[in-house]
Amino acid sequence: MGRYLLRRLLQLVPVFIGTTFLIYWLVWSVPGDPFAGKCGDRGCPENYRAVMTAKYHLDDSIWVQYASYMKNLFQGDFGITFGNRPISDIITTSYPNTLKLAVVALVIEAVIGLGAGVLTGLRRNGFLDNLVLVSSLFLIALPVFVIGFVLQWFFGVKWGIITPTVSSEMRITELILPGFVLGSASSAYIARVARTSIAENRRADYVRTAIAKGLPMRRVVGVHLLRNSLIPVVTLLGTDLGALMGGAIITEGIFGINGIGRQVLRAIVTKESATVVGIVVVLVVVYLVMNLLVDLLYAALDPRIRYE
Amino acid sequence: MSDILVSEQSAPGADGSGRPSGRLLEVDDLRVEFRTRDGVAKVINGVTYHVDAGETLAVLGESGSGKSVTAQTIMGILDTPPGFVTGGQVRFHGKDMLKMSAEQRRRIRGEGIAMIFQDSLSALNPVFTVGFQIAEQFRIRRGMSRSDAKKRAIEMLDQVKIPNAKGRFSNYPHQFSGGMRQRAMIAMSLALDPEVLIADEPTTALDVTVQAQIMDLLGELQRERQMGMILITHDLGVVADVADRIAVMYAGRIVEEADVYDLYAKPAHPYTLGLLNSIPRLDEKGQELRTIKGLPPNLMNIPSGCPFNPRCPMAQPVCREKLPPLLQIRSGRASACHFAEELVNRD
Repeated sequence: MGRYLLRRLLQLVPVFIGTTFLIYWLVWSVPGDPFAGKCGDRGCPENYRAVMTAKYHLDDSIWVQYASYMKNLFQGDFGITFGNRPISDIITTSYPNTLKLAVVALVIEAVIGLGAGVLTGLRRNGFLDNLVLVSSLFLIALPVFVIGFVLQWFFGVKWGIITPTVSSEMRITELILPGFVLGSASSAYIARVARTSIAENRRADYVRTAIAKGLPMRRVVGVHLLRNSLIPVVTLLGTDLGALMGGAIITEGIFGINGIGRQVLRAIVTKESATVVGIVVVLVVVYLVMNLLVDLLYAALDPRIRYE
Repeated sequence: MSDILVSEQSAPGADGSGRPSGRLLEVDDLRVEFRTRDGVAKVINGVTYHVDAGETLAVLGESGSGKSVTAQTIMGILDTPPGFVTGGQVRFHGKDMLKMSAEQRRRIRGEGIAMIFQDSLSALNPVFTVGFQIAEQFRIRRGMSRSDAKKRAIEMLDQVKIPNAKGRFSNYPHQFSGGMRQRAMIAMSLALDPEVLIADEPTTALDVTVQAQIMDLLGELQRERQMGMILITHDLGVVADVADRIAVMYAGRIVEEADVYDLYAKPAHPYTLGLLNSIPRLDEKGQELRTIKGLPPNLMNIPSGCPFNPRCPMAQPVCREKLPPLLQIRSGRASACHFAEELVNRD
């Protein structure tokens, strides 16, 4: 186990370097002038350009720039924006908001997805099963911004149940609707995976044994059946947390949440390449760690899996 | 072993035929069919047998003869759909279980009637320790604390002669050998002191040497606890040592029922005779193995008359027309063959 963990952690190093370089190179190759519009209509004076170019090493080759960026990064320095604001500052103010939204979305999709999956898996071809199949297809087919705007209009504007946008305090109650919107497609996938998994294991020999032991149906399903059926669902949920944070851009935009999605969008538009890279680096790290956690959780859920 | 449970209600098996017979477990004219897309398979067509406290009934038959489905119906673990009970009764202490509520039936499982399955690897839950799966019954059914339940589970593992029971408690099923796993399965089924134990081919998945050990263990535990045991098997060798009575099944019917000794000495049904003849014998080494020609019938289209007639070496025209009922031919012996008397009275 220890060896396995060490190997997996070592594997993170090349993946981390590869992904960050890719992002760096991508942002670096986007054409455009970082100083366009910075100094009003007339454009920036030459000496300002010269100072800024020297300060941010803009004339160096990408290799030199990337190397010095990584060197600073490992010292905990994400760099500063052209407006002299520390990028770590942007990340620490916006990241918790995105994380909060993503976790709310994850909880919602786990509850809805698992609940629907278990109920339909136990009773296939019933009314509920068909209802869930159709509505999950609906959720998968509809783009997030459609679901987002429609629900925002109904709940926030027409019925006035919620405020249409999320306040800066980010209360959990305010996040329920954005969380649902963000996790809607995933909850549909989870419902389907859980349904298949439950239906498959429903007829397993060990379930029959559990019934033959005279255990109450609650326990047969809730303990024996669920534990086995959860394995593929947990995998899906774990990898989804990373995807939710990356995918929050649209949801954050609709509901006015100050998250990293919004920041990264702004940074791309204003050519703040260091900010883009910084935020993506954090996303990559979270994604990699979540994947590792899922693999470890997998072994915890299924004792037959042993990592050497 | 202080806790031998002798039920108050199970009177010694009186050999009468009156309805409230005081038998421990009776299957009476049970009928089960499987409704599938391809048609209706009549899997059980009027099975009647019984088992009393302290005796072992072996149910013998080829695969597809309905012996396991009968057991599943007794336990209430028949997959419905496709399986449907279409007639008959399953009486436990005289009460028809098929008419009981789901909750009443659940309470009988494990405590009244318990079951051992064939393939212990798939029958045990792979993600829980063996100890957990045994202790669970003490916790859920007896309301014991975690530590008491663990103590009792280790005792059970000890009783089925698993070495180092304490250490094995926290092992997972895949960490056990096949024989040890079947022992754990037995421990699990006996945890709540059942009055009847159904063992569905308990040794089929095991090595021959291990088979004998498991059968010995089962026989020993059955005698100690004075349980009624239904041993489902297709292995005639297994039956001889352990069983008191044998019921032979064919195409969802009992075709012969007899004491072990009588059945082996003088089978009263040509199918039983064929089964006995197909046991390989050392003194016939080098000769071709004797088999029963033909295949078991298609249960969606069972032959008219006696279902065995297409394969029967003794078949007469009457066999194709009339279904022979299971009739008593001697005390404690019954056969469903038109020529049972001739068979028994041979040479």
